[in-house]
Amino acid sequence: MDARIFQELRSIVGKNGLVSSPEELHTYECDGLTNFRVMPLAVLLPADTQQVQAIVRVCHRERIPFVARGSGTGLSGGALPVKNGVVISLARMNRILEVDLPNARVIVEPGVINLDVTGRVQPHQYFYAPDPSSQSVCSIGGNVAENSGGAHCLKYGFTTTHVLGLEVVLPDGSLVHLGGKSLDMPGYDLMGVFVGSEGTLGIATKVTLRIVKRPECIRTLLAAFPGTNEAGAAVSDIIAAGMLPAAIEMMDNLAIQAAEAAVHPNYPDCGGLLLVELDGPVAEVEALMHDVDEICRKNGAWEVRLAQTDTERMLVWKGRKAAFAAMGRISPNYIVQDGVIPRTALPKVMSEIARLSEETGLRVANVFHAGDGNLHPLVLYDRRIAGQEQAAESLSYRILELCLAAGGSITGEHGVGEEKKRMMSKMFSEPDLDTMQRVRCAFDPLQLSNPTKVFPTPRLCGEKPGEYVAHPLETAGIAERY
Amino acid sequence: MLKTSSIEENLRAVMGSENLRVAGADDAVSGVHPHFVAEPDDEEQLAKALSFANDAGIAVVPRGGATKLDWGNPPKRAELILSTARLNQIVEHAWADLTVTAEAGCTLQSLQKTLAQHGQRLAFDGLWPERATIGGVLSTNDSGALRLRFGSLRDLIIGVTIALPDGTLASSGGKVVKNVAGYDLPKLVTGAFGTLSVITRAVFRLHPLPRSAKMFSFTAENFPAIQQHVLAIQDSHLAHTALQVRCASGELPATDILFEATDAGLTAQESQLRTLLGSTRVAQSSGNIWNARQDLWNSPTNNTLLAKISLLPTDIAKTLDSLKKLGASRKINWKIVVQAIGIGMLRLEAEPAQLSAAVEQLRTEMQSRGGALAVLRRPSKLYFMDAWGSAGDSVSLLRAVKHQLDPKNTLNPGRFVGEI
Repeated sequence: MDARIFQELRSIVGKNGLVSSPEELHTYECDGLTNFRVMPLAVLLPADTQQVQAIVRVCHRERIPFVARGSGTGLSGGALPVKNGVVISLARMNRILEVDLPNARVIVEPGVINLDVTGRVQPHQYFYAPDPSSQSVCSIGGNVAENSGGAHCLKYGFTTTHVLGLEVVLPDGSLVHLGGKSLDMPGYDLMGVFVGSEGTLGIATKVTLRIVKRPECIRTLLAAFPGTNEAGAAVSDIIAAGMLPAAIEMMDNLAIQAAEAAVHPNYPDCGGLLLVELDGPVAEVEALMHDVDEICRKNGAWEVRLAQTDTERMLVWKGRKAAFAAMGRISPNYIVQDGVIPRTALPKVMSEIARLSEETGLRVANVFHAGDGNLHPLVLYDRRIAGQEQAAESLSYRILELCLAAGGSITGEHGVGEEKKRMMSKMFSEPDLDTMQRVRCAFDPLQLSNPTKVFPTPRLCGEKPGEYVAHPLETAGIAERY
Repeated sequence: MLKTSSIEENLRAVMGSENLRVAGADDAVSGVHPHFVAEPDDEEQLAKALSFANDAGIAVVPRGGATKLDWGNPPKRAELILSTARLNQIVEHAWADLTVTAEAGCTLQSLQKTLAQHGQRLAFDGLWPERATIGGVLSTNDSGALRLRFGSLRDLIIGVTIALPDGTLASSGGKVVKNVAGYDLPKLVTGAFGTLSVITRAVFRLHPLPRSAKMFSFTAENFPAIQQHVLAIQDSHLAHTALQVRCASGELPATDILFEATDAGLTAQESQLRTLLGSTRVAQSSGNIWNARQDLWNSPTNNTLLAKISLLPTDIAKTLDSLKKLGASRKINWKIVVQAIGIGMLRLEAEPAQLSAAVEQLRTEMQSRGGALAVLRRPSKLYFMDAWGSAGDSVSLLRAVKHQLDPKNTLNPGRFVGEI
């Protein structure tokens, strides 16, 4: 980077807000998806909104692409740096600015950790509902970018359901406020568009969240089935009976084995494990739990267990939430996939996955948010065996194609990022993608904000992006424009 | 712009003579008289007609059941009404997956009837369901009492197909409830008042019909008391489906609460509610109370104005107080239904000059408390008045989005915020 620009950026964030040594930059070369790596020119750690604006203005003036980063736990490469670009880490902007219990609103900076929001309001029996498995380390800003879900979004909705207002630094450095503390503020729902836009429309610097009153009681049931088909049939019957559980999770035998090896949640050893959580008023939950129990047994569950204490319940969830990482216990390497199918397609898609697994000789463990059809197939492989990594990648993409063929989606909660942008044209037509890109052009005509993500091909925005002035380094043949 | 005769000829060529007619007096939109009404057979034909209009430089007003066509500002121009009347099919009710795909012209009532056959519903209680269409409720972001529990239409819509003025038919979202691939355009077009695109079909997530329901009403002596009750209920462990406050000039405020649950759950919650409210007399009530929002629209006169207000849940009493003072000082009759989540429908009755001043005063107060006021219906004498108020610092961005999707300002020009 030009020394003059470098100095300017340093003067904005101070010495401690700039990372530029190659050793330190390595920390930022990837996010939770580690098979893509790019070294950024620099990492900037602004302390407030004004600093974010100042940095972005410089980037805009100098046409330097930037990537916003929260905790870097994303699983689709959304926070992967862009070549010849900078990373703007929001980690230092981690204050909870306002807690308004009577209106059930909390205003936070983007670097606040998801679980810390709940931590702050828990004494008053409130919680922040979106609960991605990484909730103890992932940031609200990252959640907003990815529209993160979690096991309980079946009942409570996704991040987008719980964001009411945003302060956003646009890619030209200007500041806008979208939504607010009240609902339905005048104008287009640009907040709804921003949430889940994976950092391509700007940087959120303040987020107004909705919190939820903790239900009177929470009950969690474990049911052991011979296989995932039987467990899947039970899920369909629970939904058909008119219930909306707080969560319905399913694990196959391989996933159970891994979880058991890692955190010993004392799961029954079975072909298909169902975890059903109901919450609400005691009388209501007890009446419905009785029905769930019956439905499970009717569908072939040979063991049905109700967690008797909070400790037991937490252990049940610990096993589920640790399932991804637990794969390390049974396989040297694995790919976490994230596809969605209409729930009714489960038996067909499962048998196809089994067939592909057999065909390729690669084991696939399955963990699902079964209530909403969100599959997390984990493709196990050994990098040391020549060709196996490529075979595993190809298998994981074929699973996504199965999801699309069933009428589903290529991602339910991990985002498109770098990883799946090629799959976008399999899910959407050219006009569909072009329409989304037009919206992007309204926010970011120069395509500086996380420019290479989400879409398979860039689109040139209609407007002329200002007068082009060649950089001195460019004229001297030292550097190239991105 | 082309000559009227030439426009007619071209439109007939695009969609066949039987789908185009000359507009009548009934087709006027807030005093603006269009030339033609087109009723395309399918979304391809709709996109073609729209694209022709766009090329020819004529303004288009999309129309569903025309129940809310006068909401917002009058259009600056309106040559062609593009009706979704014939796009009225339910494409797919995937009941086992709790989703439905319906064309934009399908009425809310016919959709709900189909869904009920499998014990399901779109958890949304819109105005005039027998005539209001899917496209119309989405475009106006109508919002009823069930929103407290199930969220707004923006939370229930999971996929959309839209026609853009250049003739593009584009889809976004999908048919599954959980999906984060690409931008959430279903949310963008919900509440856009047909200024960005014409919605041709939508996909919704569904909810089961309740096993049983019970509702209760109670009154309070004053505004602070009703506010306290509402906040106490919201802060309790009750799992109510709806909670609204009704009030009018010279009346005591009343509150209605709806529970949907198993019989055991209903009994328990009724007793919890009674305990929570202490000495307040709680009466079981009938389903009619949930029509209160729609009843505000009955028999409007030349002195009637209706508005949607946004407020913080803690500001219900303050808002009622503002209305009481305003009513007394300006001789205005008012009536309001506010949902506990902070969305209200307000009816004002007075001479137009008083109405206009009252809207300005009330909007200023609402905005100073972080809320908003949007005029939905007003007397023709007040067509000049801006319906929306400020969109704050995001107005340039709103215009940029409009410019990207509708650069020639073909769709509903002038009806939306910031003169969009």
